Amino acid sequence: MKKIKKLLSMMVMVILVSLLVACSNDKKNDESNNSNYSGNNDKSLNGSITMSGSTSMEKLSNVLAEAFMTKYPEVIVNAEFVGSSAGIEQVLAGAVDIGNASRNLKTSEKEAGAVENVVAIDGIAVIVDKANTVVDLSKDQLVSIYKGTINNWVELGGANQPIVVIGRESGSGTRGAFEEILDIEDQCKYSNEINSTGGVMAKVASTPGAIGYVSLDIIDETVSAVALDGVAVTSDNIKAGDYFLSRPFVMATAGEISDQSEIVRNFFEFISSDEGKELIEKVGLISVN
Amino acid sequence: MDKNTYSIIGSNKSKETVERLANIIFTICAFIAVLAVLSISLYMIISGTPAIFEVGLKEIIFGTVWRPSGAEPSYGILYVILTSIVGTFMSIIIGVPIGVMTAIFLAETAPKPLAAIVKPAVELLAGIPSVVYGLLGILILNPLMYKLESAIFANSPNHQFTGGSNLLSAVIVLAIMILPTVINISESAIRAVAKDYRYTSLALGATQIQTIFKIVLPAAKSGIVTAIVLGVGRAIGEAMAISLVAGNVTNIPFPFNSVRFLTTAVVAEMSYAADTHKDVLFTIGLILFVFIMLINLILNRIMKGGKENAK
Repeated sequence: MKKIKKLLSMMVMVILVSLLVACSNDKKNDESNNSNYSGNNDKSLNGSITMSGSTSMEKLSNVLAEAFMTKYPEVIVNAEFVGSSAGIEQVLAGAVDIGNASRNLKTSEKEAGAVENVVAIDGIAVIVDKANTVVDLSKDQLVSIYKGTINNWVELGGANQPIVVIGRESGSGTRGAFEEILDIEDQCKYSNEINSTGGVMAKVASTPGAIGYVSLDIIDETVSAVALDGVAVTSDNIKAGDYFLSRPFVMATAGEISDQSEIVRNFFEFISSDEGKELIEKVGLISVN
Repeated sequence: MDKNTYSIIGSNKSKETVERLANIIFTICAFIAVLAVLSISLYMIISGTPAIFEVGLKEIIFGTVWRPSGAEPSYGILYVILTSIVGTFMSIIIGVPIGVMTAIFLAETAPKPLAAIVKPAVELLAGIPSVVYGLLGILILNPLMYKLESAIFANSPNHQFTGGSNLLSAVIVLAIMILPTVINISESAIRAVAKDYRYTSLALGATQIQTIFKIVLPAAKSGIVTAIVLGVGRAIGEAMAISLVAGNVTNIPFPFNSVRFLTTAVVAEMSYAADTHKDVLFTIGLILFVFIMLINLILNRIMKGGKENAK
């Protein structure tokens, strides 16, 4: 009896202590695994790419990453979606290889060494709820709606219902692009600021008389996209430059692409290849070059 | 000899080692919490103060214009602070009477079968994740609010319609969210009141209602105040649910305005913020931190006061 209890209490102690130690052991194992990995680099394309940034670029990044990983099975592409500014910050800090931004880089970011590689162009669609009868807005009308000088659809030839102006939170790439293109920075009177593209879609779809703006590639049947200045929001129109609400998708690197590791250079070559362009167009964006 | 040193665990020596080892492990575990609080406080102060020096404390706390990414940025969060205060206060005004009445019902007047329904329901309410409250708010509360808003403001062309995402929606969600806290703590406070008080009051001819409001509630006062303060703490720190229903625009906290709370101000913009904007968000976090520290201090005072009263 005595011995069994003693043994038991000792065992509990040992388990507790080993649990405490376990974490640090795991880390050591991970590190040794990593160093093994980089040793094999010269065989074929082998290793990992990390990217981080705009949530608007989630769909594009995932599609490109998956295709690239299928082509080079030894490669792992990790993509995180933390926001344009955070992505650029991370690429400048050396935490990731590629920083995704759904806007042109700021001068301060370029001065810090970030290089702007435009991989695609995104159209911003203006959306209204399904029941809305207004199908076309001019640039001036859009500006007036967002500045709050027009606040009923009846003034735009629609039903007599108030306009619920929905936008993104300040700092969002989509909002930045939208306000910059319309030249209404800091003059918008939003009635809702929602911090995700999907949230804007859901709110517009469920609120009669709502208007919002989202990336072109996310549009579905729950909302209707209005034409601007008579131009429907299609990739052809955006590529031709007829549709005025469009913005670049940037995959920024710290330094020129030619200075990057072999695997990152290959990734950019892949993006500009025919296969890459096809993928970009598949997710509703417009390829460049 | 052997019989004298007999122990259910082992000999004196091994017993001592085990005791000492256990003590060390307990101490280490206890200090993890202390370490966490210290490092969080330190981190909040380090990352929250640069913006105060850069923008100015007065400009941040008393400024009314929130325009972080403008050509001339402005970081005033007066309306945000007011919204947090007004929103929390309103949710307390709605939630506390309902909560205390429910506690009275559970502790004093409820027939057993009814209490058996209400009690588990309250406990379930406490376990529902806040994002679910928010989703229900979007799906049920916001459309109802929009109808109410359209009816009230039908003839005022200058009102900016929010589609139901406004202060009132957030307050209702918050009031429901603080209910479990208020109910559970007030109930145990009411139950803790000595039976003698009730018997004495009833023996003197007071009715049950008179006994509850004149004898039991005053006797349970410090417990109920604790419940309220904890409710305030829960309401002021809540972010997820109200970020979904409040509309998130920096506005004066009127009932039908789309508003932004201290918590949602941080949550909404953190992912895309850069430079000073980000620093100011940390400052907002620091201000929220100070608010919650103050509430905890008040809570400690009340609890100490309650103990002294009991003596």
